[in-house]
Amino acid sequence: MNVINILSPGLNLTVQDMGRPRHQHLGVPVSGALDPEALRLANALVGNPETAAALEIRMLGPTLEVQADTVRVALAGSRAPLEILGQDPVSLPAHQSVTLSRGQQFRVGALPDGLTAVLAVEGGFALAEIYGSRSTYTRAGIGGFEGRALREGDLLPLNKGEAPARGERRLADETYLDRRGPFRVILGPQRDFFTDAAVALFLSSPYRVTREADRMGMRLDGPVLSHARGYNIVSDGIVTGAVQVPGTGLPIVLLADHQTTGGYPKLAAVVSADIPRLGRLRPGDEIRFEEISVEQAEQAVRERETALRRLIDGMIPAGAWLDEAALYRENLISGIVRDGEQAS
Amino acid sequence: MVSEPKTEDPAGPVFLSAGDTALVVQYGETVDPAINRRVRMLAAALADSRPEGIVDLVPTMRSLMIHYDPLVLSRAALTEAVRPLLEARPDLARTTRRWRIPVCYEGECAPDLEAVAETCGVEAGEIVRQHSGLDQEVFMMGFLPGFPYLGLLPELFDLPRRPEPRVKVPPRSISVAARQTTIYTVDSPGGWHLIGRTPVDFYDPRRTEPILVAAGDRVRFEPIAIEAYHRIRKAVEAGKFEIQVDSKI
Repeated sequence: MNVINILSPGLNLTVQDMGRPRHQHLGVPVSGALDPEALRLANALVGNPETAAALEIRMLGPTLEVQADTVRVALAGSRAPLEILGQDPVSLPAHQSVTLSRGQQFRVGALPDGLTAVLAVEGGFALAEIYGSRSTYTRAGIGGFEGRALREGDLLPLNKGEAPARGERRLADETYLDRRGPFRVILGPQRDFFTDAAVALFLSSPYRVTREADRMGMRLDGPVLSHARGYNIVSDGIVTGAVQVPGTGLPIVLLADHQTTGGYPKLAAVVSADIPRLGRLRPGDEIRFEEISVEQAEQAVRERETALRRLIDGMIPAGAWLDEAALYRENLISGIVRDGEQAS
Repeated sequence: MVSEPKTEDPAGPVFLSAGDTALVVQYGETVDPAINRRVRMLAAALADSRPEGIVDLVPTMRSLMIHYDPLVLSRAALTEAVRPLLEARPDLARTTRRWRIPVCYEGECAPDLEAVAETCGVEAGEIVRQHSGLDQEVFMMGFLPGFPYLGLLPELFDLPRRPEPRVKVPPRSISVAARQTTIYTVDSPGGWHLIGRTPVDFYDPRRTEPILVAAGDRVRFEPIAIEAYHRIRKAVEAGKFEIQVDSKI
Protein backbone atom coordinates (compact mmCIF):
# COMPACT_ATOMS: atom_id res chain seq x y z
CA MET A 1 0.00 0.00 0.00
CA ASN A 2 1.15 3.53 -0.73
CA VAL A 3 1.02 5.63 2.40
CA ILE A 4 2.46 8.54 4.28
CA ASN A 5 3.60 7.31 7.68
CA ILE A 6 2.86 9.82 10.42
CA LEU A 7 6.01 9.69 12.58
CA SER A 8 4.81 12.68 14.59
CA PRO A 9 1.59 14.58 13.88
CA GLY A 10 2.60 17.95 15.31
CA LEU A 11 -0.15 19.80 17.10
CA ASN A 12 -3.42 19.24 15.23
CA LEU A 13 -2.90 17.66 11.85
CA THR A 14 -6.15 17.08 9.93
CA VAL A 15 -7.23 16.30 6.39
CA GLN A 16 -9.15 19.25 4.93
CA ASP A 17 -10.53 20.34 1.58
CA MET A 18 -13.16 22.98 0.81
CA GLY A 19 -15.62 21.40 3.25
CA ARG A 20 -19.36 20.76 3.03
CA PRO A 21 -21.03 24.10 2.33
CA ARG A 22 -24.03 22.44 0.67
CA HIS A 23 -25.27 20.41 3.65
CA GLN A 24 -25.65 23.08 6.30
CA HIS A 25 -29.44 22.67 6.05
CA LEU A 26 -28.94 19.23 7.64
CA GLY A 27 -26.90 20.68 10.49
CA VAL A 28 -23.58 19.61 8.94
CA PRO A 29 -20.85 22.19 9.65
CA VAL A 30 -18.89 23.39 6.63
CA SER A 31 -15.41 22.56 8.03
CA GLY A 32 -12.66 22.60 5.41
CA ALA A 33 -9.37 24.47 5.31
CA LEU A 34 -9.14 27.47 7.64
CA ASP A 35 -7.02 29.09 4.94
CA PRO A 36 -8.63 28.12 1.64
CA GLU A 37 -6.06 30.21 -0.27
CA ALA A 38 -3.23 28.08 1.10
CA LEU A 39 -5.16 24.91 0.20
CA ARG A 40 -5.59 26.04 -3.40
CA LEU A 41 -1.96 27.14 -3.74
CA ALA A 42 -0.51 23.97 -2.22
CA ASN A 43 -2.67 21.84 -4.51
CA ALA A 44 -1.78 23.91 -7.57
CA LEU A 45 1.93 23.48 -6.82
CA VAL A 46 1.66 19.68 -6.92
CA GLY A 47 -0.69 19.68 -9.91
CA ASN A 48 -3.86 18.69 -8.04
CA PRO A 49 -7.31 20.15 -8.55
CA GLU A 50 -7.27 23.23 -6.32
CA THR A 51 -9.98 21.88 -4.03
CA ALA A 52 -8.39 18.47 -3.37
CA ALA A 53 -7.96 17.31 0.23
CA ALA A 54 -4.61 18.11 1.85
CA LEU A 55 -3.08 18.17 5.31
CA GLU A 56 -3.79 21.19 7.46
CA ILE A 57 -1.03 22.02 9.93
CA ARG A 58 -1.70 24.06 13.08
CA MET A 59 1.18 25.84 14.81
CA LEU A 60 3.56 22.86 14.85
CA GLY A 61 4.02 20.67 11.81
CA PRO A 62 4.37 16.92 11.42
CA THR A 63 7.26 14.58 10.75
CA LEU A 64 6.38 12.20 7.92
CA GLU A 65 7.87 9.28 6.07
CA VAL A 66 7.26 8.34 2.46
CA GLN A 67 6.09 4.77 1.97
CA ALA A 68 5.51 4.89 -1.79
CA ASP A 69 7.93 4.91 -4.72
CA THR A 70 7.80 8.69 -5.06
CA VAL A 71 5.50 11.45 -3.84
CA ARG A 72 5.36 15.11 -4.79
CA VAL A 73 4.50 17.49 -1.95
CA ALA A 74 4.25 21.25 -1.43
CA LEU A 75 3.65 23.52 1.53
CA ALA A 76 1.69 26.80 1.41
CA GLY A 77 0.15 29.28 3.82
CA SER A 78 3.37 29.85 5.75
CA ARG A 79 7.03 30.56 5.08
CA ALA A 80 8.01 27.57 7.24
CA PRO A 81 10.67 25.49 5.51
CA LEU A 82 10.12 21.90 4.48
CA GLU A 83 12.97 19.98 6.08
CA ILE A 84 14.14 16.80 4.43
CA LEU A 85 15.79 14.65 7.05
CA GLY A 86 18.61 12.15 6.70
CA GLN A 87 22.35 12.18 6.86
CA ASP A 88 22.54 15.44 4.97
CA PRO A 89 19.39 17.29 5.92
CA VAL A 90 18.11 19.82 3.45
CA SER A 91 15.80 22.73 4.13
CA LEU A 92 13.57 23.75 1.24
CA PRO A 93 11.50 26.91 1.12
CA ALA A 94 7.70 26.72 1.25
CA HIS A 95 5.70 27.34 -1.92
CA GLN A 96 7.61 24.95 -4.10
CA SER A 97 6.99 21.37 -5.01
CA VAL A 98 9.48 18.63 -4.28
CA THR A 99 9.49 14.93 -5.09
CA LEU A 100 10.58 12.53 -2.39
CA SER A 101 11.25 8.84 -2.62
CA ARG A 102 10.53 5.79 -0.54
CA GLY A 103 11.87 5.87 2.99
CA GLN A 104 12.61 9.56 3.00
CA GLN A 105 11.53 11.45 6.08
CA PHE A 106 10.57 15.09 6.10
CA ARG A 107 9.10 17.55 8.51
CA VAL A 108 7.56 20.95 8.97
CA GLY A 109 8.59 22.50 12.27
CA ALA A 110 6.94 25.29 14.26
CA LEU A 111 5.24 27.74 11.91
CA PRO A 112 7.19 31.01 12.22
CA ASP A 113 4.53 33.35 10.87
CA GLY A 114 0.99 32.10 11.41
CA LEU A 115 -1.17 29.42 12.94
CA THR A 116 -2.04 27.49 9.79
CA ALA A 117 -0.33 25.94 6.80
CA VAL A 118 -1.32 23.36 4.20
CA LEU A 119 0.74 20.44 2.91
CA ALA A 120 -0.55 18.95 -0.33
CA VAL A 121 0.42 15.62 -1.86
CA GLU A 122 0.06 15.00 -5.58
CA GLY A 123 -2.87 12.68 -6.24
CA GLY A 124 -4.34 13.25 -2.80
CA PHE A 125 -5.47 10.75 -0.20
CA ALA A 126 -7.43 7.53 -0.68
CA LEU A 127 -10.12 8.46 1.84
CA ALA A 128 -13.89 8.26 1.52
CA GLU A 129 -15.96 11.37 0.93
CA ILE A 130 -18.85 12.19 3.23
CA TYR A 131 -21.34 14.69 1.83
CA GLY A 132 -18.96 15.45 -1.01
CA SER A 133 -15.91 16.21 1.11
CA ARG A 134 -12.94 14.60 2.84
CA SER A 135 -12.69 17.36 5.46
CA THR A 136 -12.30 16.27 9.06
CA TYR A 137 -14.91 17.48 11.54
CA THR A 138 -13.59 15.99 14.75
CA ARG A 139 -16.51 17.00 17.00
CA ALA A 140 -18.79 14.53 15.25
CA GLY A 141 -16.06 12.21 13.97
CA ILE A 142 -16.86 12.98 10.35
CA GLY A 143 -14.55 12.68 7.35
CA GLY A 144 -10.79 12.78 7.00
CA PHE A 145 -8.84 9.91 8.57
CA GLU A 146 -11.29 8.08 10.88
CA GLY A 147 -12.98 11.39 11.67
CA ARG A 148 -10.10 12.59 13.81
CA ALA A 149 -6.79 14.41 13.86
CA LEU A 150 -3.85 12.25 12.79
CA ARG A 151 -1.77 10.43 15.37
CA GLU A 152 1.69 8.97 15.52
CA GLY A 153 1.80 5.71 13.60
CA ASP A 154 -1.18 6.43 11.34
CA LEU A 155 -0.66 5.33 7.77
CA LEU A 156 -2.37 7.85 5.53
CA PRO A 157 -3.30 6.10 2.26
CA LEU A 158 -2.33 7.77 -1.01
CA ASN A 159 -4.13 7.67 -4.34
CA LYS A 160 -0.84 7.55 -6.26
CA GLY A 161 2.24 5.42 -5.59
CA GLU A 162 4.41 7.37 -7.96
CA ALA A 163 4.69 11.03 -8.80
CA PRO A 164 4.76 11.64 -12.56
CA ALA A 165 8.20 12.83 -13.70
CA ARG A 166 8.12 16.53 -14.54
CA GLY A 167 9.74 19.71 -13.41
CA GLU A 168 9.06 21.09 -9.97
CA ARG A 169 7.17 24.36 -9.61
CA ARG A 170 7.23 27.28 -7.24
CA LEU A 171 5.30 30.47 -6.66
CA ALA A 172 6.93 33.53 -8.21
CA ASP A 173 5.79 35.60 -5.25
CA GLU A 174 4.69 34.80 -1.70
CA THR A 175 3.66 38.28 -0.64
CA TYR A 176 0.06 37.09 -0.41
CA LEU A 177 1.07 36.25 3.17
CA ASP A 178 1.95 39.85 3.88
CA ARG A 179 -1.49 41.45 3.63
CA ARG A 180 -2.05 43.48 6.79
CA GLY A 181 -4.55 46.07 7.89
CA PRO A 182 -7.99 45.81 9.43
CA PHE A 183 -10.29 42.89 8.76
CA ARG A 184 -13.19 44.14 6.68
CA VAL A 185 -16.67 43.37 7.97
CA ILE A 186 -20.27 43.85 6.96
CA LEU A 187 -22.48 44.71 9.94
CA GLY A 188 -25.36 42.40 10.76
CA PRO A 189 -27.48 40.33 10.86
CA GLN A 190 -28.10 41.38 14.49
CA ARG A 191 -26.59 44.88 14.35
CA ASP A 192 -29.77 46.11 16.09
CA PHE A 193 -28.99 44.04 19.21
CA PHE A 194 -26.11 46.40 20.00
CA THR A 195 -25.91 50.02 21.11
CA ASP A 196 -24.47 52.54 18.65
CA ALA A 197 -21.66 53.08 21.14
CA ALA A 198 -20.85 49.35 21.06
CA VAL A 199 -20.71 49.33 17.27
CA ALA A 200 -18.45 52.40 17.26
CA LEU A 201 -16.21 50.77 19.87
CA PHE A 202 -16.01 47.53 17.89
CA LEU A 203 -14.95 49.39 14.74
CA SER A 204 -12.38 51.63 16.42
CA SER A 205 -10.66 49.40 18.99
CA PRO A 206 -7.89 46.85 18.68
CA TYR A 207 -8.78 43.33 19.83
CA ARG A 208 -6.42 40.51 20.58
CA VAL A 209 -6.77 36.83 19.70
CA THR A 210 -6.83 34.83 22.95
CA ARG A 211 -5.58 31.31 23.57
CA GLU A 212 -9.15 30.09 23.26
CA ALA A 213 -8.79 29.64 19.54
CA ASP A 214 -9.51 26.48 17.62
CA ARG A 215 -11.02 25.41 14.30
CA MET A 216 -14.47 26.44 15.54
CA GLY A 217 -13.64 30.01 16.48
CA MET A 218 -11.44 32.51 18.24
CA ARG A 219 -12.34 34.40 21.37
CA LEU A 220 -11.10 37.97 21.27
CA ASP A 221 -10.03 40.17 24.14
CA GLY A 222 -10.61 43.92 24.13
CA PRO A 223 -13.33 46.45 24.92
CA VAL A 224 -16.61 44.90 26.12
CA LEU A 225 -19.54 45.49 23.76
CA SER A 226 -22.92 46.35 25.26
CA HIS A 227 -26.05 44.65 24.05
CA ALA A 228 -29.10 46.82 23.52
CA ARG A 229 -31.65 43.99 23.39
CA GLY A 230 -30.20 41.12 25.46
CA TYR A 231 -27.93 38.37 24.23
CA ASN A 232 -30.29 35.53 23.44
CA ILE A 233 -31.92 35.31 20.06
CA VAL A 234 -34.08 32.64 18.52
CA SER A 235 -31.39 30.67 16.65
CA ASP A 236 -30.62 31.63 13.09
CA GLY A 237 -27.97 30.72 10.52
CA ILE A 238 -24.24 31.35 10.86
CA VAL A 239 -21.56 32.09 8.27
CA THR A 240 -17.81 31.54 8.57
CA GLY A 241 -16.35 34.81 9.79
CA ALA A 242 -19.43 35.76 11.82
CA VAL A 243 -18.63 37.89 14.87
CA GLN A 244 -20.95 36.73 17.63
CA VAL A 245 -21.12 38.44 20.99
CA PRO A 246 -22.35 36.34 23.93
CA GLY A 247 -23.24 37.67 27.39
CA THR A 248 -19.61 38.48 28.26
CA GLY A 249 -19.66 41.24 25.64
CA LEU A 250 -16.42 39.90 24.16
CA PRO A 251 -16.60 38.92 20.49
CA ILE A 252 -15.98 35.44 19.12
CA VAL A 253 -15.04 35.14 15.46
CA LEU A 254 -16.41 31.90 14.06
CA LEU A 255 -14.24 29.76 11.80
CA ALA A 256 -14.65 26.74 9.52
CA ASP A 257 -15.96 24.28 12.15
CA HIS A 258 -18.68 26.62 13.45
CA GLN A 259 -22.16 25.24 14.03
CA THR A 260 -24.67 25.92 11.28
CA THR A 261 -27.09 27.78 13.55
CA GLY A 262 -26.78 29.58 16.85
CA GLY A 263 -28.54 31.66 19.45
CA TYR A 264 -26.12 34.53 20.14
CA PRO A 265 -26.48 37.86 18.37
CA LYS A 266 -24.01 38.40 15.55
CA LEU A 267 -22.81 41.96 15.23
CA ALA A 268 -20.95 41.55 11.94
CA ALA A 269 -19.23 39.10 9.61
CA VAL A 270 -15.71 39.23 8.20
CA VAL A 271 -15.95 39.40 4.40
CA SER A 272 -14.94 36.40 2.31
CA ALA A 273 -11.86 38.13 0.87
CA ASP A 274 -10.38 38.28 4.38
CA ILE A 275 -11.32 34.76 5.56
CA PRO A 276 -8.00 33.16 4.47
CA ARG A 277 -5.89 35.50 6.57
CA LEU A 278 -8.36 35.16 9.44
CA GLY A 279 -7.46 31.46 9.43
CA ARG A 280 -3.77 32.29 9.82
CA LEU A 281 -4.11 34.46 12.95
CA ARG A 282 -2.37 33.32 16.13
CA PRO A 283 -3.17 33.83 19.80
CA GLY A 284 -1.72 37.20 20.78
CA ASP A 285 -2.17 38.74 17.32
CA GLU A 286 -3.92 42.09 17.18
CA ILE A 287 -7.04 42.36 15.10
CA ARG A 288 -8.98 45.45 14.02
CA PHE A 289 -12.22 45.69 12.11
CA GLU A 290 -13.37 48.04 9.38
CA GLU A 291 -16.89 48.32 8.05
CA ILE A 292 -17.42 48.06 4.29
CA SER A 293 -20.51 47.67 2.11
CA VAL A 294 -21.68 44.50 0.41
CA GLU A 295 -20.68 45.98 -2.97
CA GLN A 296 -17.18 46.75 -1.68
CA ALA A 297 -16.91 43.20 -0.33
CA GLU A 298 -17.92 41.81 -3.73
CA GLN A 299 -15.24 43.97 -5.37
CA ALA A 300 -12.70 42.77 -2.76
CA VAL A 301 -13.39 39.08 -3.33
CA ARG A 302 -13.14 39.51 -7.11
CA GLU A 303 -9.77 41.20 -6.65
CA ARG A 304 -8.58 38.41 -4.33
CA GLU A 305 -9.67 35.80 -6.83
CA THR A 306 -7.90 37.59 -9.67
CA ALA A 307 -4.72 37.88 -7.60
CA LEU A 308 -4.85 34.20 -6.68
CA ARG A 309 -5.40 33.19 -10.32
CA ARG A 310 -2.43 35.30 -11.34
CA LEU A 311 -0.31 33.63 -8.66
CA ILE A 312 -1.33 30.14 -9.80
CA ASP A 313 -1.02 30.87 -13.53
CA GLY A 314 2.34 32.52 -12.88
CA MET A 315 4.04 29.58 -11.16
CA ILE A 316 7.63 29.20 -12.36
CA PRO A 317 9.97 26.22 -12.62
CA ALA A 318 11.78 25.50 -9.39
CA GLY A 319 15.41 24.47 -9.42
CA ALA A 320 15.32 20.73 -8.79
CA TRP A 321 16.41 19.90 -5.31
CA LEU A 322 19.61 17.93 -5.52
CA ASP A 323 18.94 14.51 -4.03
CA GLU A 324 22.51 13.58 -3.29
CA ALA A 325 21.76 9.94 -2.71
CA ALA A 326 20.04 9.71 -6.07
CA LEU A 327 22.82 11.64 -7.69
CA TYR A 328 25.33 9.24 -6.24
CA ARG A 329 23.45 6.26 -7.67
CA GLU A 330 23.20 8.08 -11.01
CA ASN A 331 26.95 8.71 -11.02
CA LEU A 332 27.72 5.12 -10.24
CA ILE A 333 25.63 3.91 -13.14
CA SER A 334 26.97 6.45 -15.62
CA GLY A 335 30.44 5.79 -14.23
CA ILE A 336 30.11 2.11 -15.16
CA VAL A 337 28.90 3.08 -18.61
CA ARG A 338 31.88 5.37 -18.99
CA ASP A 339 34.17 2.62 -17.84
CA GLY A 340 32.66 0.38 -20.48
CA GLU A 341 33.16 3.02 -23.11
CA GLN A 342 36.75 3.39 -22.09
CA ALA A 343 37.22 -0.35 -22.27
CA SER A 344 35.88 -0.62 -25.80
CA MET B 1 -36.84 31.14 24.39
CA VAL B 2 -40.27 32.59 23.93
CA SER B 3 -43.20 30.55 25.14
CA GLU B 4 -46.09 32.49 23.74
CA PRO B 5 -46.34 32.19 19.94
CA LYS B 6 -46.39 35.57 18.25
CA THR B 7 -47.58 36.48 14.81
CA GLU B 8 -45.08 37.27 12.09
CA ASP B 9 -43.72 40.74 11.56
CA PRO B 10 -46.60 42.83 10.14
CA ALA B 11 -44.13 44.85 8.08
CA GLY B 12 -43.25 41.66 6.18
CA PRO B 13 -39.95 39.85 5.98
CA VAL B 14 -36.73 41.83 6.27
CA PHE B 15 -33.43 41.26 4.43
CA LEU B 16 -30.30 41.13 6.60
CA SER B 17 -26.63 40.67 5.70
CA ALA B 18 -24.49 37.86 7.01
CA GLY B 19 -21.24 38.96 5.39
CA ASP B 20 -20.98 38.85 1.59
CA THR B 21 -21.78 35.12 1.32
CA ALA B 22 -25.23 34.91 2.91
CA LEU B 23 -28.50 36.79 2.86
CA VAL B 24 -30.91 36.34 5.76
CA VAL B 25 -34.62 36.67 5.06
CA GLN B 26 -36.19 37.13 8.47
CA TYR B 27 -39.92 36.58 8.87
CA GLY B 28 -40.01 37.21 12.62
CA GLU B 29 -38.00 36.93 15.80
CA THR B 30 -40.08 34.47 17.80
CA VAL B 31 -40.74 30.74 18.04
CA ASP B 32 -43.90 30.26 16.01
CA PRO B 33 -44.71 27.34 13.71
CA ALA B 34 -46.56 29.71 11.37
CA ILE B 35 -43.45 31.85 10.88
CA ASN B 36 -41.35 28.71 10.42
CA ARG B 37 -43.73 27.49 7.71
CA ARG B 38 -43.36 30.79 5.83
CA VAL B 39 -39.57 30.37 6.06
CA ARG B 40 -39.79 26.87 4.61
CA MET B 41 -42.16 28.03 1.87
CA LEU B 42 -39.55 30.54 0.72
CA ALA B 43 -36.91 27.80 0.84
CA ALA B 44 -39.13 25.54 -1.29
CA ALA B 45 -39.88 28.31 -3.79
CA LEU B 46 -36.17 29.15 -4.08
CA ALA B 47 -35.24 25.50 -4.42
CA ASP B 48 -37.58 25.33 -7.41
CA SER B 49 -36.18 28.40 -9.14
CA ARG B 50 -32.67 28.03 -7.69
CA PRO B 51 -30.70 30.87 -9.22
CA GLU B 52 -27.14 29.91 -10.18
CA GLY B 53 -24.70 30.66 -7.37
CA ILE B 54 -26.88 29.57 -4.45
CA VAL B 55 -24.86 27.22 -2.26
CA ASP B 56 -27.38 26.18 0.41
CA LEU B 57 -30.72 27.15 1.93
CA VAL B 58 -30.80 26.90 5.72
CA PRO B 59 -34.23 27.38 7.27
CA THR B 60 -34.37 28.21 10.97
CA MET B 61 -37.33 28.80 13.23
CA ARG B 62 -37.78 32.35 12.03
CA SER B 63 -35.48 33.08 9.09
CA LEU B 64 -33.99 31.62 5.95
CA MET B 65 -30.23 31.86 5.47
CA ILE B 66 -29.36 31.83 1.77
CA HIS B 67 -25.70 30.91 1.37
CA TYR B 68 -24.32 31.94 -2.03
CA ASP B 69 -21.08 32.38 -3.94
CA PRO B 70 -20.42 36.09 -4.39
CA LEU B 71 -18.18 35.36 -7.40
CA VAL B 72 -21.17 33.90 -9.23
CA LEU B 73 -24.14 35.81 -7.83
CA SER B 74 -24.21 39.41 -6.60
CA ARG B 75 -26.27 40.44 -3.61
CA ALA B 76 -28.29 42.76 -5.83
CA ALA B 77 -29.14 39.95 -8.26
CA LEU B 78 -29.95 37.55 -5.43
CA THR B 79 -32.26 40.08 -3.77
CA GLU B 80 -34.03 40.60 -7.09
CA ALA B 81 -34.49 36.84 -7.46
CA VAL B 82 -35.84 36.44 -3.92
CA ARG B 83 -38.23 39.40 -3.78
CA PRO B 84 -40.96 37.98 -6.06
CA LEU B 85 -40.91 34.71 -4.06
CA LEU B 86 -41.57 36.30 -0.66
CA GLU B 87 -45.30 35.83 -0.96
CA ALA B 88 -45.11 32.43 -2.68
CA ARG B 89 -47.14 29.71 -0.98
CA PRO B 90 -45.81 26.41 -2.36
CA ASP B 91 -47.40 23.25 -1.07
CA LEU B 92 -45.04 22.06 1.66
CA ALA B 93 -46.88 18.74 2.04
CA ARG B 94 -45.58 17.43 -1.31
CA THR B 95 -42.18 16.72 0.22
CA THR B 96 -43.32 15.61 3.64
CA ARG B 97 -42.18 12.32 5.11
CA ARG B 98 -43.63 10.94 8.33
CA TRP B 99 -41.23 8.92 10.45
CA ARG B 100 -42.36 6.49 13.13
CA ILE B 101 -39.62 6.43 15.73
CA PRO B 102 -39.59 3.97 18.64
CA VAL B 103 -38.69 5.61 21.96
CA CYS B 104 -38.06 4.07 25.35
CA TYR B 105 -39.32 6.49 28.00
CA GLU B 106 -38.17 4.28 30.90
CA GLY B 107 -35.38 3.92 33.44
CA GLU B 108 -31.88 4.83 32.33
CA CYS B 109 -33.22 5.90 28.93
CA ALA B 110 -35.12 8.73 30.63
CA PRO B 111 -32.93 10.30 33.36
CA ASP B 112 -34.95 13.54 33.55
CA LEU B 113 -38.47 12.18 33.10
CA GLU B 114 -39.43 12.14 36.79
CA ALA B 115 -38.04 15.64 37.36
CA VAL B 116 -39.90 16.97 34.33
CA ALA B 117 -43.13 15.34 35.55
CA GLU B 118 -42.64 16.89 38.96
CA THR B 119 -41.99 20.35 37.49
CA CYS B 120 -45.12 20.02 35.38
CA GLY B 121 -47.16 18.65 38.30
CA VAL B 122 -48.25 15.51 36.44
CA GLU B 123 -47.45 11.79 36.46
CA ALA B 124 -44.56 10.60 34.28
CA GLY B 125 -47.07 8.62 32.24
CA GLU B 126 -48.84 11.84 31.27
CA ILE B 127 -45.59 13.32 29.93
CA VAL B 128 -45.09 10.21 27.81
CA ARG B 129 -48.72 10.20 26.64
CA GLN B 130 -48.57 13.84 25.55
CA HIS B 131 -45.11 13.61 23.98
CA SER B 132 -46.00 10.57 21.89
CA GLY B 133 -49.59 11.66 21.23
CA LEU B 134 -49.01 13.93 18.27
CA ASP B 135 -47.12 14.23 15.01
CA GLN B 136 -44.21 16.63 15.50
CA GLU B 137 -42.88 18.77 12.69
CA VAL B 138 -39.16 19.27 12.01
CA PHE B 139 -38.79 23.06 12.12
CA MET B 140 -35.08 23.19 11.45
CA MET B 141 -31.75 21.35 11.69
CA GLY B 142 -28.72 22.68 13.55
CA PHE B 143 -26.29 22.40 16.46
CA LEU B 144 -24.93 18.99 15.34
CA PRO B 145 -25.05 17.03 12.08
CA GLY B 146 -28.54 15.60 11.71
CA PHE B 147 -29.84 17.29 14.88
CA PRO B 148 -33.52 18.25 14.42
CA TYR B 149 -35.71 20.73 16.29
CA LEU B 150 -39.31 19.48 16.42
CA GLY B 151 -42.61 20.70 17.79
CA LEU B 152 -44.71 22.31 18.74
CA LEU B 153 -45.37 20.36 21.93
CA PRO B 154 -48.36 20.95 24.23
CA GLU B 155 -48.07 23.81 26.73
CA LEU B 156 -47.12 21.34 29.43
CA PHE B 157 -43.62 21.25 27.87
CA ASP B 158 -43.02 24.98 28.19
CA LEU B 159 -39.86 24.35 30.22
CA PRO B 160 -36.67 26.37 30.49
CA ARG B 161 -33.45 24.51 29.78
CA ARG B 162 -31.53 22.95 32.65
CA PRO B 163 -29.63 25.58 34.66
CA GLU B 164 -26.43 23.55 34.24
CA PRO B 165 -25.99 21.86 30.87
CA ARG B 166 -24.78 18.25 30.94
CA VAL B 167 -21.18 17.89 29.81
CA LYS B 168 -22.05 14.78 27.84
CA VAL B 169 -25.45 13.76 26.54
CA PRO B 170 -25.55 10.26 25.09
CA PRO B 171 -26.46 10.02 21.41
CA ARG B 172 -30.08 9.15 20.52
CA SER B 173 -31.39 10.95 23.61
CA ILE B 174 -34.86 12.43 23.17
CA SER B 175 -34.94 15.77 24.95
CA VAL B 176 -37.43 18.56 25.51
CA ALA B 177 -37.46 22.28 26.37
CA ALA B 178 -39.46 25.34 25.28
CA ARG B 179 -42.23 23.19 23.73
CA GLN B 180 -39.73 21.54 21.37
CA THR B 181 -38.07 18.15 21.03
CA THR B 182 -34.50 17.48 19.93
CA ILE B 183 -32.57 14.29 19.35
CA TYR B 184 -28.84 14.29 20.10
CA THR B 185 -27.00 12.63 17.24
CA VAL B 186 -23.50 12.28 18.67
CA ASP B 187 -21.91 12.67 22.12
CA SER B 188 -22.31 16.32 22.97
CA PRO B 189 -22.86 18.76 25.80
CA GLY B 190 -26.53 19.69 26.15
CA GLY B 191 -28.95 21.58 28.34
CA TRP B 192 -32.28 20.02 27.43
CA HIS B 193 -34.25 17.55 29.57
CA LEU B 194 -33.72 13.90 28.63
CA ILE B 195 -37.08 12.12 28.71
CA GLY B 196 -36.34 9.13 26.51
CA ARG B 197 -33.96 7.40 24.14
CA THR B 198 -34.46 5.91 20.70
CA PRO B 199 -32.57 2.86 19.42
CA VAL B 200 -32.57 4.51 15.96
CA ASP B 201 -29.67 6.66 14.73
CA PHE B 202 -30.60 10.10 13.42
CA TYR B 203 -27.02 10.31 12.17
CA ASP B 204 -25.14 7.23 11.03
CA PRO B 205 -22.15 7.69 8.71
CA ARG B 206 -22.43 4.04 7.60
CA ARG B 207 -25.73 4.73 5.83
CA THR B 208 -25.81 5.93 2.23
CA GLU B 209 -27.78 8.90 3.54
CA PRO B 210 -26.20 9.41 6.97
CA ILE B 211 -28.77 11.95 8.19
CA LEU B 212 -32.32 10.70 8.78
CA VAL B 213 -34.65 13.69 8.80
CA ALA B 214 -34.84 17.13 7.20
CA ALA B 215 -36.79 20.31 7.91
CA GLY B 216 -40.44 19.78 7.01
CA ASP B 217 -40.52 16.08 7.91
CA ARG B 218 -42.98 14.84 10.53
CA VAL B 219 -42.05 12.51 13.35
CA ARG B 220 -44.28 10.37 15.54
CA PHE B 221 -42.61 8.95 18.65
CA GLU B 222 -43.92 5.50 19.61
CA PRO B 223 -43.31 4.32 23.21
CA ILE B 224 -41.53 0.99 23.61
CA ALA B 225 -40.39 -0.98 26.65
CA ILE B 226 -36.73 -1.34 27.62
CA GLU B 227 -36.59 -4.93 26.28
CA ALA B 228 -37.80 -3.76 22.86
CA TYR B 229 -35.29 -0.92 22.98
CA HIS B 230 -32.38 -3.35 23.42
CA ARG B 231 -33.75 -5.72 20.78
CA ILE B 232 -34.19 -2.94 18.20
CA ARG B 233 -30.78 -1.46 19.02
CA LYS B 234 -29.16 -4.83 18.29
CA ALA B 235 -31.00 -5.01 14.99
CA VAL B 236 -29.99 -1.42 14.10
CA GLU B 237 -26.35 -2.21 14.83
CA ALA B 238 -26.55 -5.30 12.65
CA GLY B 239 -28.07 -3.19 9.88
CA LYS B 240 -31.27 -5.19 10.08
CA PHE B 241 -33.79 -2.66 11.32
CA GLU B 242 -35.99 -0.83 8.88
CA ILE B 243 -37.19 2.54 10.11
CA GLN B 244 -40.87 3.06 9.36
CA VAL B 245 -41.57 6.01 7.11
CA ASP B 246 -44.75 7.04 5.31
CA SER B 247 -44.14 9.45 2.46
CA LYS B 248 -46.57 11.97 1.04
CA ILE B 249 -49.17 11.78 3.75
